[in-house]
Amino acid sequence: MTNSPRLEMRGVRRSFGATKALRGVELSVAPGEVMALVGENGAGKSTLMKILSGAIPPDEGQMFLDGAAYVPGNPLHARKSGVAMIYQELALAPHLSVMENILLGIEPSRGPLMNWPEMKRRAAAALAEVGLADIAPETQVRRLAIAQQQLVEIARAVALDCRVLVLDEPTSSLTAKDIEKLFALIRRLKAKNISIVYISHFLEEVRAVCDRFTVLRDGETVGSGVTTETPNEKIIALMVGRNVDELYPRSARIPGEVILEVKDLSGITKPKSASLQLRRGEVLGISGLVGAGRTELMRAIFGLNRVTNGEIRVGTFDGVASPAKRWSQRVGLVSEDRKTEGLALGLSIADNMTLARLEGLGPLGLVMPARQRAACKPWIEKIPIKCQGPEQRISGLSGGNQQKVAIARLLHADVDVLLLDEPTRGIDVGSKAQIYQLIDALAARGKAVLMISSYIPELLGVCDRIAVMSRGKLGEARKRSEWDERQLLSAAIGQEE
Amino acid sequence: MSEKTENKSPLLNPKWANLLGRFLALIIVFAFFALLVDGGKFYTLRNLENILRQSCVYATAGLGMTMVIIGAGIDLSAGSLIALSVVVVATVLNKNILGADGQPHPFTELHPALAPMVAVIAGTLAATLAGLANGMMIVGLRLMPFIVTLGTMGMIRGLAKGIGHERDIYPPNETWINNLMDPTLSSLHRPWWILPIGVWILIGGVLVASFLLRYTRLGRHIFAVGSNEETARLCGVSVGRTKLFIYTACGFFCGVAGLMQFSYIGGIGQPTTAVMYELFVIAAVIIGGASFTGGEGSILGTIIGALTITILYTGGQQMGWPKWVQEMVIGGIIIAAVAIDRWRHRKAV
Repeated sequence: MTNSPRLEMRGVRRSFGATKALRGVELSVAPGEVMALVGENGAGKSTLMKILSGAIPPDEGQMFLDGAAYVPGNPLHARKSGVAMIYQELALAPHLSVMENILLGIEPSRGPLMNWPEMKRRAAAALAEVGLADIAPETQVRRLAIAQQQLVEIARAVALDCRVLVLDEPTSSLTAKDIEKLFALIRRLKAKNISIVYISHFLEEVRAVCDRFTVLRDGETVGSGVTTETPNEKIIALMVGRNVDELYPRSARIPGEVILEVKDLSGITKPKSASLQLRRGEVLGISGLVGAGRTELMRAIFGLNRVTNGEIRVGTFDGVASPAKRWSQRVGLVSEDRKTEGLALGLSIADNMTLARLEGLGPLGLVMPARQRAACKPWIEKIPIKCQGPEQRISGLSGGNQQKVAIARLLHADVDVLLLDEPTRGIDVGSKAQIYQLIDALAARGKAVLMISSYIPELLGVCDRIAVMSRGKLGEARKRSEWDERQLLSAAIGQEE
Repeated sequence: MSEKTENKSPLLNPKWANLLGRFLALIIVFAFFALLVDGGKFYTLRNLENILRQSCVYATAGLGMTMVIIGAGIDLSAGSLIALSVVVVATVLNKNILGADGQPHPFTELHPALAPMVAVIAGTLAATLAGLANGMMIVGLRLMPFIVTLGTMGMIRGLAKGIGHERDIYPPNETWINNLMDPTLSSLHRPWWILPIGVWILIGGVLVASFLLRYTRLGRHIFAVGSNEETARLCGVSVGRTKLFIYTACGFFCGVAGLMQFSYIGGIGQPTTAVMYELFVIAAVIIGGASFTGGEGSILGTIIGALTITILYTGGQQMGWPKWVQEMVIGGIIIAAVAIDRWRHRKAV
């Protein structure tokens, strides 16, 4: 390692109104080093990225790039200085070709005209570097798979001769195979002396690819170290600021009658075959890889996806049903995609929470706004949801509080069966703890919870039984004591032991 | 924290503050013309009533358009729907039917009470059904509302022209429909109903539409579908039926606006009337605070928007501005209104 860092951040602070998003960030990355930036959501990682990318300036603090002051005025300036960002939500123009995307903003030209041959040559070179040599530069980006699109974004950074590459949760939508490819690429880029900031909360990934780590909590750097020398527990303790076992409460749960039963269910492409039994007072977890068909199974049960074969029984109701019917059968679903499906971001908390059950909020089937607000208050206080009141728009809430509203919708509808698809994805650890508590309390009260999660420790912590879905097939549900992380993982990738 | 919002005075409630802001803008526009138009002619009772009568058509059609835009849709066929209603009303009033003597007589002479009733129902129904057809195509064929209503804008206009044989229809006798928009405040003998009948119809429509949007499940569903269709579907809202309703309602209110237009243009069934009205109606809704991305908008806002547009229009005329200046000013105001909204939204988040 050289002694002068490639990228350095010193005492960086930033507030939004009264919220202190960053309260003192220290970060130092050497040339050719892969630095993990870990921290729960809400720790300030996205604000940090915005500052690095020049989208917003810091209030205080300094940044240096190869020893020179780095003060990006805007994202273009940052890119031209050699700092490239790959966001979780990919920033590609889907209708343009791969080469146009790679060289967007720096198109080679002859006067006002595009220099297509040169463009193609440079794009092809960048594609080759990221291992996409088999993709034609003329291909429309939307025809590519997500993993390939991500590589196109990285190729864009490579084409710019970037010095620092920031990757934000790059594996969140990749399969295990693509993750391996990505890691190989990261190692190649590292060998080319590019510094990489790898943002993630998956410690396994950090361990696999990063040299050092920096932990961010509540907008502050709380620790850093060499990855190989630090045990997982220590990093987690730094991230959450408390012991892990307090996270998953577990009251006495008494399994009651079977309230949801699924037999040999299959959908149009996924699931291929799924059977399960869910009892009152029980939390059943579904583990598996992204894309294994877990979400499709849940949507099929709830009537959002078509069922091609198999049986579903809810309480005394047999057969498939529309979402409206399912709500009336006291089944509710929380979508994995809070922003595009779970919540209407432009509407108020009250509107979102009561949407599935507007009955009983006024005389003659009318909906009185005052009654809507009143119905929300108990949940806002009990869960609790941090907000200015039931009238506040969802878009003004933090991710964790948004998710709590999505779950509170099921509580308002007073459902017996809760279908929770990734209920804690992308939310802060405080909200996660509250949601775990809530799930536990509901199960103890005799509600039935079916929960999908990609985070294995969470499933082991929250569920009574866990089943694994692999390539559209749901395996047998076993008691959580009969599973460990390794077994769940190998079942997910289809290697039964 | 939640206590605080409850105890706020209604004027501090963001929704009301927002409406108040739009109302102030209306007052400013009005004051501008009141000061600049010679001799106080702008704020005579006669002129005020004229503004009210003119804005009635936009505002009434705007009631349905507000629902459509809150539901994240658009209806470009509004002007054609109004014309369809006008022509159907005139056609019914122009009909000859066989009398007791076996000779054809004007419908309005044989049945002076029945004829205008039939005309009103037929005109409104025609527009409502055309609106329903819009909705069915949008829901059934899963097409963009913009495309469907761009198409039906032409189709419905064509239908109106076909019914009128491409000529203006002059019904032989006047009925009470002709008097819907007659001035009252500035007429010599003021009737007991004080305001023109059309204004009362609008007020009734405002009450019904506001109530529907605010206090019924259907109303909340319209907001939900407009704000996020996927969420609405997840929550068991029948998205298709909700959309069907808003386009049908838009047809209905355009039909009612057509009755007013028929009276306003002097009881003539003119197939080419209300051209470009969809733009004024949409502008009124947008100036009134609705968002093209859906989930936002209010009936009172639309009324304020319709008044603002009418004041700009009549004010411009009375200032002697040439028509091209008027059109440019109104266009500019629409862009400014939306730009201010964007800016306000960014500040709020």
